[in-house]
Amino acid sequence: MAQLTGAEIFVEALKREGVKTIFALPGGVVLKIFDVLHQQCDVEVILTRHEQAAGHMAEGYAKATGKPGVCLITSGPGMTNVITALADAYMDSVPMVCFSGQVPTAMIGNDAFQEADNIGLSRPCTKYNFLVKDVNDLAQTIKEAFYIASTGRPGPVLVDIPKDISMDKADFKYPDSVSIRGYNPTYEGSKWKIKQAADAIMKSRRPILYIGGGVQLSGASQEVRELAEMTQIPVDSTLMALGAFPGGHPLSLGMLGMHGTYVANMAMHYSDLVIAIGARFDDRVTGKVSEFCPNAKIIHIDIDPTSIRKNIHVDIPIVGDCKRVVQELNNVLRATVNGDQKELRKPWWDQLNEWKAEHPLSYQQDPDQLIKPQYLIDRVFQLTRDRDPIVSTDVGQHQMWSAQYFQLANPNTWLTSGGLGTMGFGFPAALGAQAAFRDRLVLCIAGDGSVQMNTQELATAVVSNLPVKVFIINNRFHGMVRQWQDLFYEGRYASSYLDQTPDFVKLAEAYGAAGLRIKTPNEVDDGIREAIAIDKPVFIDVPVDQFENCYPMIPAGGCNHEMILEDPPELRKRQTTGVKGKKESTDTILTA
Amino acid sequence: MEHIISVTLENKSGALSRVAGLFSGRGFNIESLSVAPTLDPTVSMMTIVTSGDERIIEQILKQLNKIIDVIKVVDLNESEAVGRETALIKVHTRSEDRAEALRIADIFRANVVDSSPTSYTIEVTGDVQKIQAIIQLLQPLGIKEIVRTGRIAIAREALRAVASQPRPLAKAN
Ligand SMILES: Cc1ncc(C[n+]2csc(CCOP(=O)(O)OP(=O)(O)O)c2C)c(N)n1
Repeated sequence: MAQLTGAEIFVEALKREGVKTIFALPGGVVLKIFDVLHQQCDVEVILTRHEQAAGHMAEGYAKATGKPGVCLITSGPGMTNVITALADAYMDSVPMVCFSGQVPTAMIGNDAFQEADNIGLSRPCTKYNFLVKDVNDLAQTIKEAFYIASTGRPGPVLVDIPKDISMDKADFKYPDSVSIRGYNPTYEGSKWKIKQAADAIMKSRRPILYIGGGVQLSGASQEVRELAEMTQIPVDSTLMALGAFPGGHPLSLGMLGMHGTYVANMAMHYSDLVIAIGARFDDRVTGKVSEFCPNAKIIHIDIDPTSIRKNIHVDIPIVGDCKRVVQELNNVLRATVNGDQKELRKPWWDQLNEWKAEHPLSYQQDPDQLIKPQYLIDRVFQLTRDRDPIVSTDVGQHQMWSAQYFQLANPNTWLTSGGLGTMGFGFPAALGAQAAFRDRLVLCIAGDGSVQMNTQELATAVVSNLPVKVFIINNRFHGMVRQWQDLFYEGRYASSYLDQTPDFVKLAEAYGAAGLRIKTPNEVDDGIREAIAIDKPVFIDVPVDQFENCYPMIPAGGCNHEMILEDPPELRKRQTTGVKGKKESTDTILTA
Repeated sequence: MEHIISVTLENKSGALSRVAGLFSGRGFNIESLSVAPTLDPTVSMMTIVTSGDERIIEQILKQLNKIIDVIKVVDLNESEAVGRETALIKVHTRSEDRAEALRIADIFRANVVDSSPTSYTIEVTGDVQKIQAIIQLLQPLGIKEIVRTGRIAIAREALRAVASQPRPLAKAN
């Protein structure tokens, strides 16, 4: 058998794993690997301009395809730069394998040039990590890394490869299977518990399905839909679940949580049975734990036993893969459901419809006034929905509005940073998805604050022909911070006003991308159509009303049925009279 | 409540820091931790003494199980397990106290493992109460230094067969 270098083994292993694209940035200790990558064309290398972005691109790729995203970075600063993306992927259970270069084995621990303790740095933000100390272990390690990243509750895995390992030679044999004695995820749920769950569902009068990112990850959309339709139970989606259940479905109540819809949060609070599927009772969903769903029994289906009873008490815990458990649950229910479920659920649905009508999501767009951010987002959704776009977001108000107004119809079309809330995620994540699906429409709804954390990737977008459309909801503020300051800090805008926002049109053009600006409400539709028609990456700068706030809102630690639904009177007064913010802000874009 | 948790894990670098990192990262208490290889050199056995209410202990057990290097986790309830600790106690001894020191050591079936004209080093093994008791008696003589191993524990075989079993958690991630 011909011996291969570590670098060659690395590339062969990627091919065996079916990896088509990796996101990478070179450095001294990984040059050998890049050299081998350069001389083949099975694996495409997308050169990014920052390692954090390489990580987010791998995440976007993974979320859109359901397969592990891969990035390759160098030791020391390359490693520290990618940490944010690893932490983000860990929080949101994104399957991802990150390869980092390391100083030669003989120098590890000597504070060598660009040495960092990659294993120590990444340990708390990866599902697992490996330091490869012998080239003979490399193939096995890569196999295990992909296996761990993509099975059970998915997550990021780091493989640290010292420089000498990439040059040493070994026989190459790629293992067919993996067996790790300490790692055996439970996929099948307990039949007995599933039966209990079915009984509880049959007895319940006000049940609610609370679905999370686990439904996307396990590909359980179809099963969840069948469950909901069979039993006529309403569906609340978390931020991570959007698209896993069609947003426009009559049974969908939209997103729940801090900025969820009124009806979604009321339904949770007054339900008598919560059926949580692949969701983790995050504090942005539970609000005040002691008053969370006071009258409900709770069924919790999750592949990760640690998610169960971590934050709240669960009556019927079911550890298993969402898809398989819901399949089994449907089987049991199909045999027991009788009578007209619509009729049975009518009183509950009457109540829900009342809540829906009482406080629907709303905004007011005056044709002669500034563009409302909600209006822009709503129009982007309406004008692109027939193309089944992939949508990414940054973090802030625009993210929450996107979650509210984009009624996505399909899973794996929503890329957002939920658990970590990472500003700067949106643009690179969109690029990663576009690299996976060259022919699809990929949109990014960005904030003017967030997007500036990764604008350097315009270069990557242009050079690698990734024609994503980035709508920058430009409010010249860290809008979400400003909103909290308005509501809880008497309108003192400490470091939230961004009075030096760049000209995003020129910025895009400087990189060879296209730039557009949409200035008035009546330009919105044409502007969106024009942007989408351009076969290049586009930054669309949309100056919007600076003081729009995102509602409903449950203040941190508040109760789910006590939502703020509109600007409180004292805030309205402040804005029309004394207006600290308005007067202080010398808003150049608007006066221009 | 205090819990003794026995953890079987891969004997490789990094495994210990994953366990330690779990406790520090999630704010769990750790009273003592001891670890050494088993008969199978690829496997280590760790005994962790921790405390917390039922919900916290449940999380600790689940989180330990989630660590990929962890092979098995058993919550050893005090009554179902034998727990032992060893202490090395260096006692300052004036000549009139030397006999007293030896007598105390004798009562506790402890050994004198080192002696100098002004000190004895006493080795004692036992459960927590025993260690605490000997320390209390030696204190008036003047303890110079003390080193403890932290507890190790093993499930009782007889009880395991009849009464309530220690609960091995199904390993699941
Ligand atoms: C990396 C990072 N730093 C800080 C924050 C805290 N933060 C949350 S939202 C926000 C403002 C976001 O502003 P922008 O991107 O303009 O979006 P907007 O809220 O205005 O829509 C900030 C600073 C964060 N989430 N991520």
